[in-house]
Amino acid sequence: MHPAFSVIFFTTASGAGYGMLVVLAIIFGFDLLPVDQNVGIAGLGLSFLLVTSGLLSSMFHLGHPERAWRAMTQWRSSWLSREGVLSVVTYGPWALLAYVWLLDGPGQLGLPSALACAVLAIGTIYCTAMIYRSLATVHQWYNGWTVVLYIALGLMSGAVWVGLILAITGIITGAYMAFCLVALLIGWRVQRHYWNFIDTTKHHITPQMATGLKGESIRLMEGPHTEENYLLQEMGFKIARKHAEKLRRLVHIFGFGVPLGFIFAGYLIGGPVAFAATFVAALSMSFGMVVSRWLFFAEAKHVVTLYYGAQAA
Amino acid sequence: MTTLPASTNKKLGLVIDLDICVGCHACAVNCKEWNSGGHAAPLTDMDPYGPKPIGVWFNRIHTYEVGANENEPSRTVHFPKSCLHCEDAACVTVCPTGASFKRVEDGIVLVHEDKCIGCKLCSWACPYGAREYDAEEGVMKKCTLCIDRIYNENMEEVDRVPACVSTCPAGARHYGDLGDPNSAVSKLVVERTGFDLMAEMGYKPTNKYLPPRPRRNTAEKSDMPAELPVTPGTENPILRWIDKALTR
Repeated sequence: MHPAFSVIFFTTASGAGYGMLVVLAIIFGFDLLPVDQNVGIAGLGLSFLLVTSGLLSSMFHLGHPERAWRAMTQWRSSWLSREGVLSVVTYGPWALLAYVWLLDGPGQLGLPSALACAVLAIGTIYCTAMIYRSLATVHQWYNGWTVVLYIALGLMSGAVWVGLILAITGIITGAYMAFCLVALLIGWRVQRHYWNFIDTTKHHITPQMATGLKGESIRLMEGPHTEENYLLQEMGFKIARKHAEKLRRLVHIFGFGVPLGFIFAGYLIGGPVAFAATFVAALSMSFGMVVSRWLFFAEAKHVVTLYYGAQAA
Repeated sequence: MTTLPASTNKKLGLVIDLDICVGCHACAVNCKEWNSGGHAAPLTDMDPYGPKPIGVWFNRIHTYEVGANENEPSRTVHFPKSCLHCEDAACVTVCPTGASFKRVEDGIVLVHEDKCIGCKLCSWACPYGAREYDAEEGVMKKCTLCIDRIYNENMEEVDRVPACVSTCPAGARHYGDLGDPNSAVSKLVVERTGFDLMAEMGYKPTNKYLPPRPRRNTAEKSDMPAELPVTPGTENPILRWIDKALTR
């Protein structure tokens, strides 16, 4: 599938933003760390920026952004519509949480708004993942790993970015850094499982099923056009195996290896090193996540390519 | 509404005969011509005279070489493909805006172009490649089964068929109600064991394909000798040469 920048940016940025919201809400709601208003401003502000810029970027890749409101109407059948509805609904308890945290609103609203934020944020990541997971035409998406991957990487990204804010404000603890390490290890594990799954399986549809022709081999002798067409541009994107392997190595190194190493060093040494460690970890991880998401699209194969000479999808 | 109707009154669609299609692309050309002025007009072309022309087409013809098997030698099959107007159309249910819909009265799948936001998700959901994004207009387009011909009372009744069907010079395309078991198309499907493309995906396409008829492998079954006998009197090389020269 064609890896469109807008969608890659949207899914990684909003995933990280919602991940941050979940972590912040739980920390604040259950009073796990002595987070002050500065953490609230920086944390809620950055997560808001990530989610909102992601949503706007996804809107501007539309053919008709001015009609985007219509995408809220078909939640009965469409995961894209459900995502749109949940992303907007989430702003409600989010605003309430900000009111309680930043403007000293009524304290008894803290926990309910925090819980609502956490549930809706995970729900929105789930809907984003389900847009892909529900497409039976793309084997690399139509499997249980897609949802696990989106939620694990979103929460992991959120945990590390919140870690940076906690380090800047000097509130970070060894326990929080240990939590980040666990989140990174889980994310890495899920990423490896996902790649292992797509490497060892393929779509059950064959060229014989696609064309209904009975023959040991079906070879495309002549395509419909001499030039490319919309289908090939959008669905026929191919990435060479060796390039994919190189990019996967980048994800292993920058997405997981470097953040793990730096946060672990920060955990051991502590003090002012924690800030530098989480800073490098957050930047490196974010780069790795963009590459990972680029591969999520680039390595996905659509069954329509079977009509264009592909022997498997 | 992008939820699908429980059932449709008719199942209008096409039956495409892979045995007869000669791969002339006339159906695709007439489709382009009619629809450039019809319901989904314009079918925009980008860079039409440049080095990389690309444009909206609702109908495409692929040509395959089907490898030999035990009973048949290899053969060439021309394979036209347009929207199959599925009963369980995934392109409709994924639509977030309600622009895509399946009509209750005849089962035709259409796009309300003024509601489409151009998110392209429907084209990802379709396994057959039936949906076409118009980058110039920013909306998704697709085969309408020529709703502006089949119900057009300004046309002679004989012409009220999709443009691709009316133009096929080989008679490889048939149009009718596949929900009515007594219709000509339904009978044709039964008689010729018509099949669904990617039936395993479960989208229940309305359009059916008729398989190429089995080839007669006449060479093996013939009583004729494998090599022609030498004409008597031509064993002599000079005489053979004269015989050859004279019969040329």
